[in-house]
Amino acid sequence: MTRKHIARREFLKRLGLGTAAATALLYGCQSKESAEATKEYQDQQEPPKGKMTMRTNPTTGDKVSLLGYGMMRLPTTDGGSARGSQADIDQDMVNRLVDYAIEHGVNYFDTSPAYCRGESEHATGIALARHPRNTFFIATKLSNFNEDTWGRKESIEMFENSLRELQTDYIDYYLLHGCGMGGMEAYRGRYEENGMLNYCLLQRKKGRIRNLGFSYHGDIAVFDYLLSRHDEIHWDFVQIELNYLDWDYANEINARNTDARYLYSELQKRGIPAVIMEPLLGGRLASVPTFLVERMKQRNPQASTASWAFRYAGTPDGVLTVLSGMTYMEHLKDNLLSYCPLTPLSDEDNEFLYDIARQIVDVELIPCNNCKYCMPCPYGVDIPGIFVHYNKIKNQGRLPLDRQSPDYARLRREYLVGADRSVPRLRGADHCIGCGQCKPHCPQNINIPDELHKIDLFAERIRTRN
Amino acid sequence: MLKRTRQILAALFFIGITLLLLDTSGTLHRPLGWMPKIQLLPALLALNVVVVAVLIVLTLLFGRIYCSVICPLGVMQDLLARLGLRKKRTRYRFSAAKHWLRVACLIVFVGLTVAGFTGLAALIAPYSTFGRIVTHLFQPLWIGGNNILAIGAEAIDSYAVSSEEYVFYGWIPIAVTATTLLLIAVLSYRNGRTWCNTICPVGTVLGYLSHFSFFKVQIDTDKCITCGRCARGCKAACIDTKNHRVDATRCVVCGNCFELCSTKALVYRSSWKKKALQKTETPQSVDKSKRAFLIGSTLLAGTALAQEKKKVDGGLAVIADKVSPKRATPITPPGSHSARNMSQHCTACQLCVSECPNNVLRPSTDLKHFMQPTMSYDKGYCRPECSRCSSVCPTGAIKKILPPEKSAIQIGHAVWIPFNCVPLTDGVSCGNCARHCPTGAITMIPHNAADAASPLIPAIDTEKCIGCGACEHLCPARPTAAIYVEGHENHREL
Repeated sequence: MTRKHIARREFLKRLGLGTAAATALLYGCQSKESAEATKEYQDQQEPPKGKMTMRTNPTTGDKVSLLGYGMMRLPTTDGGSARGSQADIDQDMVNRLVDYAIEHGVNYFDTSPAYCRGESEHATGIALARHPRNTFFIATKLSNFNEDTWGRKESIEMFENSLRELQTDYIDYYLLHGCGMGGMEAYRGRYEENGMLNYCLLQRKKGRIRNLGFSYHGDIAVFDYLLSRHDEIHWDFVQIELNYLDWDYANEINARNTDARYLYSELQKRGIPAVIMEPLLGGRLASVPTFLVERMKQRNPQASTASWAFRYAGTPDGVLTVLSGMTYMEHLKDNLLSYCPLTPLSDEDNEFLYDIARQIVDVELIPCNNCKYCMPCPYGVDIPGIFVHYNKIKNQGRLPLDRQSPDYARLRREYLVGADRSVPRLRGADHCIGCGQCKPHCPQNINIPDELHKIDLFAERIRTRN
Repeated sequence: MLKRTRQILAALFFIGITLLLLDTSGTLHRPLGWMPKIQLLPALLALNVVVVAVLIVLTLLFGRIYCSVICPLGVMQDLLARLGLRKKRTRYRFSAAKHWLRVACLIVFVGLTVAGFTGLAALIAPYSTFGRIVTHLFQPLWIGGNNILAIGAEAIDSYAVSSEEYVFYGWIPIAVTATTLLLIAVLSYRNGRTWCNTICPVGTVLGYLSHFSFFKVQIDTDKCITCGRCARGCKAACIDTKNHRVDATRCVVCGNCFELCSTKALVYRSSWKKKALQKTETPQSVDKSKRAFLIGSTLLAGTALAQEKKKVDGGLAVIADKVSPKRATPITPPGSHSARNMSQHCTACQLCVSECPNNVLRPSTDLKHFMQPTMSYDKGYCRPECSRCSSVCPTGAIKKILPPEKSAIQIGHAVWIPFNCVPLTDGVSCGNCARHCPTGAITMIPHNAADAASPLIPAIDTEKCIGCGACEHLCPARPTAAIYVEGHENHREL
């Protein structure tokens, strides 16, 4: 049994005899075992209120919940998430999720003008306006990726529009979005040459931005440059990608990525709180290869695969909040259970996870998080769909590699039929012409055309060898 | 006994050939691929001496059992006639043979074939007519049913069934086939085997052969009470009770008359002895139990109905359907040797069209090659590992080849259309044609020879090109590809 579990028992005890008596009355006719099972179920499934682990922002003294709500995968009316589906955002469901999160202590909501095809801020604004403004923090970003919005006027309009959409007159946490994507050149074009960095600093002085920070992806030169200016700018927080895979193996999954160990320690040196994104690495740490799931279940049969990643990301003290883009109530509850309150990982636990990470790296997947920033491909290729299918099969160890194997024919059929099922033939890897227009959009710096051509070659090989 | 044996054998052939024509998975041609090959006309076109000889001997011995058992169109007519028979068991009557019509049809058929209009001639050829009926009218339903199963299989994570794409070949083939089916259906529903005994060229040839066959259905004049029951139950309308004669040229030896005759005056025996027998009176009961079987099997093909569910294209660029260019010379599949061989031998049964796993083969709408297969690369291309059409073709229009041979047969060559080519129109690098050319016939060269940095365009070595269409299918230019295949009248081995 974990400590976390015991703590929850304690908590229930302290809830008072009243609850216990009520439970006893309610389940009076049931056997003791059955009542205990019910309680056990609730312990496992229902997060308690008032137990959220909070972290303090050293500059403003904000008490921030360790779980932050990422508003980039909001639920849609067709039951999907706004990241994959084209349907409208399900506002009722967003309201329910936000209410439930706030009820359980979540007070950090992270959105962007770019999320959910531009609808996220609007939906977030509606959901949050139903709560007192001083009970939550809003984080949004200057998402001027497109060169059309690099101009000063366009960028300022983006900031002003965020305030309107979010129905507020100040932003608690404002970020320069995706610094490092496109290297120094893009950074300078987006924030320095147009004077937007100075504009943001001015807004911070005016109180319309309470905390200023940036989120980092890609080129490490930009990260180092921005931190070198810390004394002058004073970053209130920095958003980085951190999880037990990225800690030491960011290079291994992608040559151009930087280990989270370095990013985090650089922030710690300067006393800058870290906001964590991608604690699950785009869901990849929630669905690890089956043999690794078994190992994790052996260590704690009741903990979900995702909960290990959340506890890992929340354990370091310098972490202000851990963002999770939650589409479904089940995700929210599971994540709340990890942080209400957080049971920090022991060194032993960390070693266990690093060992898991080593084995994940050994499987060598394409580091696609299915973020769909590369889409739409102008020639109609379903890039993430192809990667997701390939990764899935590889992850399960079901690639048809050995023609001598008795399983070859079956695996071959499964691979080819599975590929047809996940991606229509006209959008398959063989239709990638290698124009490379997708490449700069990939936050993981995947050499998309190269990977697609490799997958195409692989499929071609197994097609011709039956 | 004769009737029962006939029914069982006919059911086996009919179901076998129907399934073979419906099947898109390619699993049935191994066990059932021989069935089309023993059809008379395909065997003749394939110059398959053994099959033709066996069929002739069979007919000379037993009469037109071919028409009752082996020919799927004949069996289909029996099934349709049964529907008509529901109301009244005996409703036909004897009619004199229409020799002039039979011969005229045969002459027209042979004439068209000799003149090279095999596709048109094949419109009245029995086996290929059946092939078109199944492929054009029933296969869409089969694919629909298959795709419902595939959705189910996907839901339970099974890979047993995969979905198939239905390719619409245009209204002309469907309309022509539907008209033929309607005509045959009306004729057989009302008058049994009229089609076989007036129009069908195979029926006419085998009919005149049967005139000399050893075993024949005959009337024992001693037993016959001239009640005319047999004639009213004869779907071939060939029993002349007045003169106690059975027209062997039209009799398909179905055996229905035997059980109708209350005096057992009808006998199937050597035509060399014509002994008179005594009259007896033993009325026979009619066996109704066997009927449902065959009818059920045809109806089965028509029950399933579905379209593949379109998946939502989340954040995907809309891509226009590829449109095939008008080719100066249509492309015929590898193994067909030449356009001439194809047009002379193909009966347009659509078996290759139905089998093609890459959706390349289509029925032609050109009059000279009507419904004969032609190749189109808008849905896929002629993949190097496949030579399925050549192994199913019963007529020798596509001769058997193996995949390695196929990669050395030039069926056409690629042509480049500069103003569609994306490096020139969109200013992006491409080379998808060169990347996928199985023979390495395409290399990418600078558009401007003087400037190595200018956009790379494809250079085609037509000597190496085999015309498989990989380049045309995978070319990103839409709706018309920037590289397309022009057919060759005569295929060449490289």
